[in-house]
Amino acid sequence: MINSLLWAPAVIGLLTFIVPGKGIRILPVIGALAALVLAVIMVAGFDLGTAELQYTVDESWIPDLGVRYLLGVDGISVFMILLTTVLWSAATLYSAFHPPERPRTYFFMLGLAETGVLGAFCAQDLLLFVLFFDLMLVPFYFLIGAWGGENRIAATLKMMVYTLVGSLLMLVGAIATAILVSDATGEISFSLSDLSANVLSEGSQDWIFWFFAAAFLVKMPAFLVHGWMPDAYRAAPIPVVAVLSGVLSKVGAYGFLRVVLPLYPDATVQFQEVVLAIAVAGIIYGSAMAFTQTNVRLVAGFSSLAQLGFITLGIFALRPDGADGAVLQMVNHGLVVAPTFLIIGVLAERAGSEDLREMGGLAFRAPILAALFLIVTLATLAMPGSANFIGEFYILIGTFQAKVVYAIVASVGVAFAAFYAIRLYQRTMHNRLPDGVESREISLPDGFAIAPLVACVVALALYPGLILERGEASVEQALQPPEEVATR
Amino acid sequence: MTFETPHIDYAGLSPVIALTAGLCVVLLAGLFGGERQRWIVSGLSIVTLATTAGLLIWQWGEAKDLVEGALRLDDLAISMSLIAVTAAAFVVPLTLREPAAEDRHGEIQSLLICSTLGMVLLAQAQNLVALFVSLELLSVPLYVLCGSSLRHPRSLEAGLKYLIVGSVGSATLLYGLAFIYGGSGSTDFPAIAEGIASNGVADDPLILIGIGLAATGLAFKVSLAPFHQWTPDVYQGAPTPVTAFMAVATKAAAFCVFVRLFEVALGPSADDWQPALAALAAVSIVVGNIGALGQDSLKRLLGYSGIAQAGYILTGIVVASETGVEALVFYLAAYTLMNLAAFAVVVVRERETPFGDDIRAVEGLGGMRPALAWPLTISMLALAGLPGTTGFIGKLFLIEAAVEGDYTWLGVAIVIGTMISLAYYLRVVAAMWMRPVAEPGPGDELPAMAGGAPGADAARPLGTRCMLILVPTLLAAAATVAFGIYPDPLVDWAANAGESLGAVL
Repeated sequence: MINSLLWAPAVIGLLTFIVPGKGIRILPVIGALAALVLAVIMVAGFDLGTAELQYTVDESWIPDLGVRYLLGVDGISVFMILLTTVLWSAATLYSAFHPPERPRTYFFMLGLAETGVLGAFCAQDLLLFVLFFDLMLVPFYFLIGAWGGENRIAATLKMMVYTLVGSLLMLVGAIATAILVSDATGEISFSLSDLSANVLSEGSQDWIFWFFAAAFLVKMPAFLVHGWMPDAYRAAPIPVVAVLSGVLSKVGAYGFLRVVLPLYPDATVQFQEVVLAIAVAGIIYGSAMAFTQTNVRLVAGFSSLAQLGFITLGIFALRPDGADGAVLQMVNHGLVVAPTFLIIGVLAERAGSEDLREMGGLAFRAPILAALFLIVTLATLAMPGSANFIGEFYILIGTFQAKVVYAIVASVGVAFAAFYAIRLYQRTMHNRLPDGVESREISLPDGFAIAPLVACVVALALYPGLILERGEASVEQALQPPEEVATR
Repeated sequence: MTFETPHIDYAGLSPVIALTAGLCVVLLAGLFGGERQRWIVSGLSIVTLATTAGLLIWQWGEAKDLVEGALRLDDLAISMSLIAVTAAAFVVPLTLREPAAEDRHGEIQSLLICSTLGMVLLAQAQNLVALFVSLELLSVPLYVLCGSSLRHPRSLEAGLKYLIVGSVGSATLLYGLAFIYGGSGSTDFPAIAEGIASNGVADDPLILIGIGLAATGLAFKVSLAPFHQWTPDVYQGAPTPVTAFMAVATKAAAFCVFVRLFEVALGPSADDWQPALAALAAVSIVVGNIGALGQDSLKRLLGYSGIAQAGYILTGIVVASETGVEALVFYLAAYTLMNLAAFAVVVVRERETPFGDDIRAVEGLGGMRPALAWPLTISMLALAGLPGTTGFIGKLFLIEAAVEGDYTWLGVAIVIGTMISLAYYLRVVAAMWMRPVAEPGPGDELPAMAGGAPGADAARPLGTRCMLILVPTLLAAAATVAFGIYPDPLVDWAANAGESLGAVL
């Protein structure tokens, strides 16, 4: 099951090379939906209240190096997988209705990217995780570089160099971890459970922690290492940027929970405040930038940076409340940012530009589009009643208990979110219709791609327990090692 | 008085015998002129190489001394010989329509086989004399091949440069070997190790000078910085099929003897040469990767990349462990596949476009010729070590070997080199998929066929879509991906090769 979920998108993507004519657009959609259905079945069959891995697959892969093909799902990854398949279905649908040039290669890359991301979420072997973490970059490199907009070659190079610098160091860190552990156990293994059972000495943890943190912070991106983000977000095709911001950024946050906290607890506690400071700086900086940018994509991009600051804050509060909130917020943010980008695509089509100053009045003849966007906007600014509110609330509770100062500064960010989210909505939807901007209702195909995402936002607002209940046990397990260190 | 004939193990020598016989047949067949000559010659070359490969595989699993211990046939030697033979077989179709070959296919291909013979012997060499003789047998035909494009000054320059630099390298090596002999009193590798240990000269200046000079000589051959200056020029000047052969096969054979000399013969002095070789590896990684940045000529780019890759591979020797040798063999096999695919695409584009080996030759290839663009893309990504390719698994092996051998810093050096390398590997990928097809400007002319011999163009149209090139290229690229996803067979193969030195490590 987990195998078919993981490989379906890539294999079906490969099949597009041999289908004739119209199948090119239908087949990838089928692939993405098949993965979605499998993910839903997986969530439905998921056992509550346990931190044990479920749906595990354990095969030998490179025995000489101790690398295993070890997949499994727990309460954190199961929702990341669901989020991935939901967003990819929307992105694939959107792409199918706006067919790109050379569609075969495009859809193959899109499918390969989904497999890469799902692999990172399923992997329970440290090296396999690193492999998928790097693998997902390749299709995104092509998707942005070959189908992107202006300045795409420089943007992709920047993205690759930034992210691979981080993730290659992570590769060394992973190998060093396994070998140092094998000195103690006598047998080399990259399995996460084996590694977390034998925690490294504090001295080795310190440098390996930063190798991993570099990879994850760049991927998010976090403040100071976000240099690749504006260019890549501006150059990428709309559906690609939707999944880039919706899912890929979460891989970094997920990596902290899955790898860093359980494997390097001493270093985590030691550098807690450094990461918290980066997170808070990201919240403030991202909000300020989102408020001043005039390019709509960058408004959404920098708002993501701020939101990921919140998620990092929740994780590094090292309290169950905070981390629960962070997991919920990871799903929430994915669910709001992807429709935001797709709607931005729709808006840009009508305005003929992505500049906020040249937009306006789009709600005039498009009430449905406006309503969809309004729901997304209110969720983004964490309106009470939305799941985002609950997520941010939990994160702040956790942080208040852990480090008050950071929590106080971060709360300001909540207010900022209202500023930039409403500004984006008003500038595009309200006011007068400028010349050359056409207020047109959302087309049926676009609606197909966007409306289900908005429905998910609403559904999650009604029942956030869906995630909190299933995530709790796994989050506690991830937090256990650093908590033990802190109380020591 | 009876004369006792020495025992000759014909089975063990059979690959060498097959190559020698094939070499003579190909040379003689080339003497006959005629329209079909090159097909006959190439067919014979392929048969020779295939037979050799078959005999090598037949001998797989053997571990025996041949010719009174001068040669050692084990899995390490066989695996490296197989790489050399595969590379030669891959290159034969590339030379088919090579302008440099003109009507001299017999000569070109027999030189190629002769060089392969040198490599097969070098991979087995277990004696200082055998080492030197087979190294020369490998090199001399290559000097000629580099200069075989008679009408191109660049090619002649490359041949001459390679001859001079190669001779300096050989002389240095020979001098070093003399010192080693002087210090240990023997020319056989195992006896050298015994000699060094029993004489207690592991740290003796005599041996250390010998080691230094021998390492320098071998570093010339595998193009490790700072002994690499010839590489980009020779790679660029030589006819591209020759460059492909040189880049891949020479490296495999030379690294094989590098391993054997240092780990079998000079094992007792390991503490002395390990740091020195580690420094050499690090310097190569830095110099190669930085040199490749901003190269517009694909052959120069691959030349510099080869220097960096040699630095990565050297890590396998530095750590002097079984994992190290395994990593080295795995990486060399992976390197062979990806480099051959890349060079084949360069060869095809060189004949199709007026840009030669300039990066403009591959611009827009993704949309226009996916069958060519994919192999080059895969090999660039694999050389950069991205996952899903053998390049990733190979780097993984090397880094793991480095960390295990307490050379973590060298693992980090590999990673930093990889980061730098992205800038130029991705530039090639970007050119193929993200740029439009380049328009020829003034001064860009289609290459003159047959090395510029008047009247030759009309008679021999370009066989651009030649299946003989395309099929092996696609196979090499497919193998790069397939072994990247399912590396087991290649890992087992490398593990066997690694085990053959297991006793001394």
